[in-house]
Amino acid sequence: MRYKFLTAAFAATVALNFAGPAGATDLEVTHWWTSGGEAAAVAELAKAFDATGNHWVDGAIAGSGGTARPIMISRITGGDPMGATQFNHGRQAEELVQAGLMRDLTDLATKDKWTEIVRPKSLLDSCTIDGKIYCVPVNIHSWQWLWLSNEAFQKAGVPMPKDWNEFVAAAPALEKAGIIPLAVGGQPWQASGAFDVLLAAVGGTDAFLKVYKEKDAKFAGGPEIAKVFKAADDARKMAKNTNVQDWNQATNLVITGKAGGQIMGDWAQGEFQVAGKTAGKDYACLPGLGLNEVIATGGDAFYFPLLKDADKSKAQEVLAETLLDPKTQVAFNLKKGSLPVRGDVDLNTANDCMKKGLAILAKGAVIPWTDQLLSQDSQKQKEDLFSEFFAKPDMTLEEAQKRFAGIIASAD
Amino acid sequence: MSNSERPNQLFRNLNAKVASIPMILTALVVFVGGTAWTVLYSFTNSKLLPRLNFVGLDQYYRLWATPRWLVSIENLLIYGVIALVFSLVIGFVLAALLDQKIRFEDTFRTIFLYPFALSFIVTGLVWQWLLNPDFGIQRVVRDLGWTSFSFDPLYNSSIVIYGISIAALWQGTGLIMCLMLAGLRGIDEDIWKAARVDGIPMWKTYLFIVIPMMRPVFITTLVIIAAGIVKVYDLVVAQTSGGPGIASEVPAKYVYDYMFFAQNLGQGFAASTMMLLSVVIVIVPWAYLEFGGKKRG
Repeated sequence: MRYKFLTAAFAATVALNFAGPAGATDLEVTHWWTSGGEAAAVAELAKAFDATGNHWVDGAIAGSGGTARPIMISRITGGDPMGATQFNHGRQAEELVQAGLMRDLTDLATKDKWTEIVRPKSLLDSCTIDGKIYCVPVNIHSWQWLWLSNEAFQKAGVPMPKDWNEFVAAAPALEKAGIIPLAVGGQPWQASGAFDVLLAAVGGTDAFLKVYKEKDAKFAGGPEIAKVFKAADDARKMAKNTNVQDWNQATNLVITGKAGGQIMGDWAQGEFQVAGKTAGKDYACLPGLGLNEVIATGGDAFYFPLLKDADKSKAQEVLAETLLDPKTQVAFNLKKGSLPVRGDVDLNTANDCMKKGLAILAKGAVIPWTDQLLSQDSQKQKEDLFSEFFAKPDMTLEEAQKRFAGIIASAD
Repeated sequence: MSNSERPNQLFRNLNAKVASIPMILTALVVFVGGTAWTVLYSFTNSKLLPRLNFVGLDQYYRLWATPRWLVSIENLLIYGVIALVFSLVIGFVLAALLDQKIRFEDTFRTIFLYPFALSFIVTGLVWQWLLNPDFGIQRVVRDLGWTSFSFDPLYNSSIVIYGISIAALWQGTGLIMCLMLAGLRGIDEDIWKAARVDGIPMWKTYLFIVIPMMRPVFITTLVIIAAGIVKVYDLVVAQTSGGPGIASEVPAKYVYDYMFFAQNLGQGFAASTMMLLSVVIVIVPWAYLEFGGKKRG
């Protein structure tokens, strides 16, 4: 799988090298989009950029964002910046901006009226530091999805649940049929993300914001959040037999009907598509776990390091404009399985689940995601806590909640 | 003039001194300088970029209040004791057995040493598969008929560190065996003959005569094993990534994760300073006894 991608990426790079017109400005773009669907999506961006007469030099870094980000950051801080780089918009690049290493895009943004075209507005807000815009959002990825396997529920002889509570009630029947009710892989971010989704769904939007935005530690230790921990305890019990690590292996359990469901972001949809499954027939999706239909506006954005080379700086502007171009947005997001960042584009070919997401987006039921609200440091502490919580059945809810409140108290 | 007759000490062996400047600089700048820099910044609240904004011992308070760090320390202790005791004992016993002038000694030595040619990453992956309940040892034994057989150390929080230790022993014992064998071969034949003439049983000869004579070899081995213990990182990453939960975390992984994933340099530096401190606490008394004693005697 990985070799296939590497070969494909390599082939793409080589092909691009020959395709580039003479005299074009080379711009190296680093990113961590390395699975099959992701690589296809990046190729769309490269194609659009090359069409402007410049040349996209692909700098894919294998491994996930966790592996890629340290490499990108050390290149920027070490004085060997690339032309442009992917980050999740939010606070990952905050300090690089504060240290003056990233390029201010405010002029370009005013000229092209980004504030009017980018939707929802919070996307651009998380690119803005001290009133200046530093990144170009390219897509919206939301975590709030429960993916369910029709096959598993048929086998267990229970109807498909319509929300989280029905799902929990159906768990004993699934277990009896030898099916893992909920698949949660062993990577720490999966457990932590699942909890955040439960917090927004069971606790509600206000509770979510009170904990992560206002960082109200007293509230985080209080009775309302205790309800969320109760739900997390249900999830922990339902997930206890998942012996896989990676998220796509966990998704695969749902695809093959070995697990009833999975709480995972909309990128899981790519896996269902690759496996040839149809939304509504083979699998179902419940945004906001069916309880609170909101979408978090996490996602990817491109940042542009400050360069001395005038030609390259010019090419950066062209790339920024290309990324927000309606045509690029459609081509890229259809392949990526994510939602476009502008509301005025047409996504007729989107599937059922994507359409559900678009409808929620149109209603404006959006919340900021933890990438935007918390520093990486607090995120990591949260991951440590929840990976321990999910792996250790004897960890009490009180203890977990106390530690959670402690993290929120010191969060920044 | 005395100066022209006896040149300045500084310029004696000038070539040798010039030649060693790069190494001296490396040692001073990279090792000592880097260490001092790390310790200094561990007292700051540096996040993604190093910044001299002192916060006293805050990073250390936080470190020692973090459950994951405490689990890491506990794991390192368990792993350390197992790696030290078992690799020494097994390595020495294997070496002693090979030393009995057996046939195919070269073949056995190659087999035992072979795992050492693999990196910790490969070792970790191999043992991840072997210890996986769905594909590895548990599956094989169950297929043979013992259906209730259960052996899944990597998925059980309370014993996962032993699963990692097994892989480490498999990889490292061969080298220890070779070092021991070299030590045994260095023992004069006449000593064995003398022991035999005196009618001393073989195990007693090993225990009371040969092992004390092999002291330098044991010290070398000890240093090699100890260095391997403190820096263990890749094996854990390949085998369990610290899981299940945080049950198999180790200090080196804490340092890496907090420096790079959590973008909190101060916390990572504090943790690495604690690692350095623990090494110093072990090494200094030993070095004092070993080298300080000799000068007096």
